Amino acid sequence: MKVRPVLSDPEKQRGRSAAVAIAALVIAAGIPLWWKTTETYRAWLPAARIGELEALQLELRVEVEVVFARGTLSPEQQKKVPASRMHKTGLKFTYETRFRTATVMEEDALNQPTAAEADHALHTLTETSCGSVVIYIIPEASALLPQDMRVYVGRSRTALLRSQVASVVGAGLPEVLAALDPQMEQVLQTMSFNHQDVTAALTDRLRPGLSTRDSLADSMRAFKSSPGYEITFSLLNPDPKHHQLHWDVEAALDAYIYPLLHKMAPVANFSVDSQILYYAVLGVNPRYDASASAYTLSADSLAHVINPVEARLGSNAASSNPVLNFLLYVPDSLHSPLIIRNDQKQEVASNAFHSPRWGGIMVYNVDGAYGNDTQFPVDIAIDMSRVMGVFLSQLRLMLGFQQTGAPPGFVLEAAGREGVAEWELDRLLWSRSVENVATASASITSLAQLLDQIANIVINDNIAQQVASAVTALQAAVAELEAGNLALALEHSREAISASERAFFDPSLLHLLYFPDDQKFAIYIPLFLPMCVPILLSLLKIFREVQQHRFDKLE
Amino acid sequence: GWKRGSSFLPGIDVTDTKLSTSAFLLLHQARAERFFRSDHTNNWAVLVCTSRFWFNYRHVANTLSVYRSVKRLGIPDSHIVLMLADDMACNHRNPKPATVFSHKNMELNVYGDDVEVDYRGYEVTVENFLRVLTGRLPPSTPRSKRLLSDDHSNILIYLTGHGGNGFLKFQDSEEISNVELADAFEQMWQKRRYNELLFIIDTCQGASMYERFYSPNLMALASSQVGEDSLSHQPDLAIGVHLMDRYTFYLLEFLEDIHPASQANMNDLFKVCPKSQCVSTPGHRTDLFQRDPGSVLITDFFGSVRKVEITMETINLTPHTETALAYVDQLPVAQIIHQKPKQKDWHPPDGFILGLWTLILLVFFRTYGIKHLKHIF
Repeated sequence: MKVRPVLSDPEKQRGRSAAVAIAALVIAAGIPLWWKTTETYRAWLPAARIGELEALQLELRVEVEVVFARGTLSPEQQKKVPASRMHKTGLKFTYETRFRTATVMEEDALNQPTAAEADHALHTLTETSCGSVVIYIIPEASALLPQDMRVYVGRSRTALLRSQVASVVGAGLPEVLAALDPQMEQVLQTMSFNHQDVTAALTDRLRPGLSTRDSLADSMRAFKSSPGYEITFSLLNPDPKHHQLHWDVEAALDAYIYPLLHKMAPVANFSVDSQILYYAVLGVNPRYDASASAYTLSADSLAHVINPVEARLGSNAASSNPVLNFLLYVPDSLHSPLIIRNDQKQEVASNAFHSPRWGGIMVYNVDGAYGNDTQFPVDIAIDMSRVMGVFLSQLRLMLGFQQTGAPPGFVLEAAGREGVAEWELDRLLWSRSVENVATASASITSLAQLLDQIANIVINDNIAQQVASAVTALQAAVAELEAGNLALALEHSREAISASERAFFDPSLLHLLYFPDDQKFAIYIPLFLPMCVPILLSLLKIFREVQQHRFDKLE
Repeated sequence: GWKRGSSFLPGIDVTDTKLSTSAFLLLHQARAERFFRSDHTNNWAVLVCTSRFWFNYRHVANTLSVYRSVKRLGIPDSHIVLMLADDMACNHRNPKPATVFSHKNMELNVYGDDVEVDYRGYEVTVENFLRVLTGRLPPSTPRSKRLLSDDHSNILIYLTGHGGNGFLKFQDSEEISNVELADAFEQMWQKRRYNELLFIIDTCQGASMYERFYSPNLMALASSQVGEDSLSHQPDLAIGVHLMDRYTFYLLEFLEDIHPASQANMNDLFKVCPKSQCVSTPGHRTDLFQRDPGSVLITDFFGSVRKVEITMETINLTPHTETALAYVDQLPVAQIIHQKPKQKDWHPPDGFILGLWTLILLVFFRTYGIKHLKHIF
């Protein structure tokens, strides 16, 4: 028979203090230790400033300079010309207008025979800052513009506006200015930005019903703002046995494409390469049309041309930038000439087509370069100016320069050799800045929301730093837009978007940490229960004994 | 409603300086009409097989069948992310190496000659899958392993493997839950990484995986409801395993009839594999999708029909006077080759090492006695 040892009082006391000490250790040291070691490191994010971003209101300001040429204002009116005026439209666009009369040199420039020369002469006189617009008001009887045209928009940031108000002596200056306002607004909407452009830039943040269908189509065609683009020019030669093609693509790129890309340098980085693909065929069989004695590709078969070719085109594996492909296809001798027909079965002048956000394809026929009895293969030099003319216009569309939709009464000077006019570039810069600001602020706010919702994601210091710098750059960009400094605003918006993208797409922010509650219990119970049960029971026993002891004492 | 049908510009001859008013309006209206049948400009596909081991041959065959259909209908490899958790074609137990068949009697080899697997074997993990979806890949990841979609991309996501109520098993060791998947899609939506997304899952209790979706523009199909098992089709006695799952088998049969210009829509896809053929009840979910499924073409997700515009405007460029390219004055080759020899890293002179060892030996013999020296020499 086992004798139960009787615990003497000091032993009991020791036992009790041991149990209490263990319990105290567990509670005082164990629980905080467990809490600290299972805590995820979350660096501090500027939540207040991020919250402000959500309520961000964009205000855009354009600096406009209006110059009155001789003959548009009477001398009394000239004296009363105000120095400057602010004109706010209802949509947070501010036009800060400065008025002055033309200087002698400008008058000389305006005396040129044609509008184009006048514009060129004026361009050499003044230096306009990015984002500003200069409007020259010329007398109604001026011969610079054709009779029915009211406005001429040049290659730089100037426009010539024919004054509509007959300079009646009695008409005061306010009436003249008031009459000018709607015309100026129309000019500014063409040259600078308008409500549609800005909403198109914000399209992905709005429901489709709010933007017009045209602007939506334009936004589908152009690439989204990205830090860099890759452009590839490919020559497809399906018939090397008969055609030996020479294309001087490097010189052509230097002469025609690089000027445009240099001008676009504030917007993005471009990397250009070229390649020649042999035995590359179009995936579609062209049909022979006896009336035109040529092979034709109809408009609906064009959509199926791109996919088989795309498999053969390479791309730069090292970068994740969007790729623009420009393909020059020289049909084989059996299928020459090859012409593209549109829906109305008419020939297309450019013999080229393009696909939104992908690039363009041009078909270049060389059957005229040789007769039937020449010795094959024939050396053919490709006329790069014709080819680059097409590719340049396609490139403009892809990059976001809208097609020249001139309002009635306007003459828009073609961009010509430089590829893009300054005001077109300004327009793109406005919409890009707005787009960047919108995208960056959306990224930051959604990132902050995500990090809030999922308490288990680790926020490293570098992410917090990226977020802070993105917020700072965003606020700077908005301030610059309000002040009208377009170039600085674009720079800040680019910084903001690159920092916000880097923060959002950081590889460490992986939400792999979804623990359903029953899984949490299943993990902790086997660990803690065996340890806690003896402690609790002994504490309970001590408590009961103390109660008993007190009860006994009371009695 | 959305307008279908012929979708290209009427021919309008346009010079590049002026546009008359009526032509301008017509141009814009026609162009606008065309774009609005659907909003996407490119297509992507993410095809994932999550099971390994030889007896899960059918899951790899499932994924490869969908891959083959998607490629045939036009999506290029650069726009497909194919994840196969195990290699069946070159498995040691495959009696017909380098092939994966989808039908008994070996009628259709879905492995083909030009399959491009982006994530293979142990690279197919829940983490990598979520990284591909959300775009949070390390900077060194090559382009072919990334999902570079934008806000006008339609994405097809196909998952197959073993699943249960609310989860899908990856590699026999981990799971992805429906909550994680829904959160991943929400993060994709936040960054506008898709325009519309079609999610197809062929596992047991597949419908549970799309229960938790809450982002817009998602359409989901599953091969079985909660509580039901998705069954496999037929075994092939020569290969020794089941070759395909029923749902994907009938899906492949349906897709074989689709060609790039086909007008079949999603309602036809919902009818694929009724209970009589599939034994399980396929389900679908369209409440988050904005367009009416009847107006969504199969090729909107499975194919890649590009929107195309005729280039109307060209820029007149004057031919550039070709200046003969002259090479910059260079050094003659001999001078280039003869360069100063590269500084080698400094080593202590050889004699030093010899001397060091001699010293060590002498010290040793000094300490322990010279008599050991005779054993050496």
